[in-house]
Amino acid sequence: MEWYHGKVGFGNISKPKRAIKAASFSSPKLEREGFLLSITYGTKNVSTTVYEEIGMELSGAQILVDGLKREGVEYIFGVNGGAAMPIFDALYDETEVKLIPMRHEQGASHAADGYARATGKVGVALATSGPGATNLVTGIATAYMDSIPMVAITGQVMTDFIGSDAFQECDVIGVTRPICKHSYLIKSCDEIADVTAEAFHIASTGKQGPVIIDIAKDAQREETQFQYPETVDLRSYKPQVNGDPVQIEKAAALIKEAKCPMLYAGGGVVLANASEELRKLTFNTQIPITVTLMGLGAFPETHPLAMEMPGMHGSCCANYAFTDADLIIAIGARFDDRVTGDLSKFAPNAKKIHIDIDPSCIGKNVPVDVPIVGDAKNVLTELNKLVGTADIDPWRNQIQEWKQKYPFEYEQKGNKVMPQYVIEKIYEHYSDAIVVADVGQHQMWAAQYFKFTEPRNWLNSGGLGTMGFSLPAAIGAQLGCPDKTVVNINGDGSYIMTIQELVPAITMKLPLKIFIINNMYLGMVRQWQELFHDKRYAAVDYHDNPDFALLAQAFGATGLRVEHPEDVEPALLKAKGINDGPVVIDFIVDEEENVFPMVPAGKGLGDVIRGLS
Amino acid sequence: MSKEERHIFSVMVENRFGVLARVAGLFSGRGFNIDSLNVAETHDKSVSQITLVTHGDAQIIDQIYQHLNRLIDVIDVTDLSTGTHVERELLLLKISTDDPRKRAEILQVAEVFRARVIDTKPASLVLEITGDEGKLEAAIEIFNTYGILELARTGKIAMMRGDTK
Repeated sequence: MEWYHGKVGFGNISKPKRAIKAASFSSPKLEREGFLLSITYGTKNVSTTVYEEIGMELSGAQILVDGLKREGVEYIFGVNGGAAMPIFDALYDETEVKLIPMRHEQGASHAADGYARATGKVGVALATSGPGATNLVTGIATAYMDSIPMVAITGQVMTDFIGSDAFQECDVIGVTRPICKHSYLIKSCDEIADVTAEAFHIASTGKQGPVIIDIAKDAQREETQFQYPETVDLRSYKPQVNGDPVQIEKAAALIKEAKCPMLYAGGGVVLANASEELRKLTFNTQIPITVTLMGLGAFPETHPLAMEMPGMHGSCCANYAFTDADLIIAIGARFDDRVTGDLSKFAPNAKKIHIDIDPSCIGKNVPVDVPIVGDAKNVLTELNKLVGTADIDPWRNQIQEWKQKYPFEYEQKGNKVMPQYVIEKIYEHYSDAIVVADVGQHQMWAAQYFKFTEPRNWLNSGGLGTMGFSLPAAIGAQLGCPDKTVVNINGDGSYIMTIQELVPAITMKLPLKIFIINNMYLGMVRQWQELFHDKRYAAVDYHDNPDFALLAQAFGATGLRVEHPEDVEPALLKAKGINDGPVVIDFIVDEEENVFPMVPAGKGLGDVIRGLS
Repeated sequence: MSKEERHIFSVMVENRFGVLARVAGLFSGRGFNIDSLNVAETHDKSVSQITLVTHGDAQIIDQIYQHLNRLIDVIDVTDLSTGTHVERELLLLKISTDDPRKRAEILQVAEVFRARVIDTKPASLVLEITGDEGKLEAAIEIFNTYGILELARTGKIAMMRGDTK
């Protein structure tokens, strides 16, 4: 990572207060751990062996940081504050776990989330108590809805003050209860090692999700001997990863009988790293496939069997296929309302096979004929052994006909920059990039017109629909994948919600390509107002936007403004050549362009509006 | 929509603070109802037992079961309504005995319900009654005619019949 120099804000490692050195060791047990350390704290100098076998005294904060290292954490995204100061202090001269200071805690949680989505590893966010913790909340909820592995660490007021309405006190465990997979309040440093190991285990296994560790400040400071657990075994938490063979056989039998089957794959395939197995299943059976907004890239959209994204703004082909199918094979997808439309009209003729790691997801929205609980990778591997090419030529021909008849399309209006055109050109020049989208019209256009072919190349907040997600998430993705180009496709409304995170991106010289699809409106809401509220544009007029190109320059980034179609490509090419920091291109696009096709909320997928013209 | 049924869940959980809030939050967050709830430590001090009565159609009951199982601190969930089980509640009633002539009559009624007198004062007495819901409802109805001063009632506790857990 050439652009990562650890200059401003990384903690000044040239003046360490304490020396921490990596040690070489020969014990097989220690080698297996891989990154044990010889640690010198002031007068204490303890060899690795002693530290491991007898246990040395460290402060709670140091035990936490030690645990982060053992869990393989590379980056921790945070904003400092009173009740978390000992943890930040322990990270100050830490070189293995790099502290990335963000400018708002929401940015920290989204950055941790973006890192996790891009790498598949657990993202870590850190904030202080009270407002620091509540600012993390949006990012935690975002990760929860999309099942992203994350550990959020918050400082808490001193144990004696908990419950007294102390300064910057907030019941974080209470606030986050419905939006996290699990949470811990730590009041004693003796709990920290075990809880850290459990938190990472829970966040990254089964149905992944965010785990919160709330640590009282005195527990961070106290010193204790500790032993980091080698394995985590919780009697109350045993996710089922292998599918029931009987159920898998039943599924294979249904697949053999079906005349109009379709595969419906979601974000769970990406999270389970089961993209290879999904492709194998599709190629083996030659069954047409639709991949949801969360799963884009799990199957190459350029392939003839790909029907592209289903749902509210999905392809007519995928939606018509749902309506006419006699078998739906759902894999890591949850029959979300944005996919199914009116449930009473959804796939009326289809039997359903549902493969999911989370039993509570199966049968939640639609009745399922063959439920299979398990990890998508394992289940698909087994299923692949039982299925062959499906004899469904008439159905495949029907799909091809729909595909050709109803592609994603738009009309060029005069000499305006059409947002879809910008996306097409971004795809042309950045087809291998990790694309991080925000939420709104630009997100849908990006999903429609950018053809994803690899998993983890498309990051967006699909479940919670969090505006402001993308810029900090792009920072996390870039740090996690230093060799890849990261393109942030943003909206003018969403960009300004977390614009402050441009600061750390510039400080770290991250070569982010930030492309704003600027229609001077909160576009998706405006579209609904146009269609369903008589064009009464309440609170969506963003013509008072600042000049984002000038603003980028004021921050210290490169800022460009594009107002004409012929300038789109040159600007994108120029951005390609700037790699010593972020480039912001403000694309001033047609203001009232709508996203089509569209299935109005509450309607069936067959009632899709293909366009207004 | 299939028909609503009453179900009794026996939930074994880690005996930690905050667990009950997680269980209760699961219900409130999804608009499901808890009809009665009882929590106590078991013979294993690290495990608490929650007996929870709820109602809903088959789909809701299945969701409740799945979501209870999904909580990290939940060790085991059993839907007792799927098999034959025994269930009991405990009722404490403080009844006015202002009118001394009624005292004997109250004690006779108490006999019918196999209630035990566990405290007595010149103007009141406290009865302890155990039984299923129907019996306790009947007791409350009849004692109300004498004047109930105070009432305390546990939620249901229940277990499967037979040798299996």
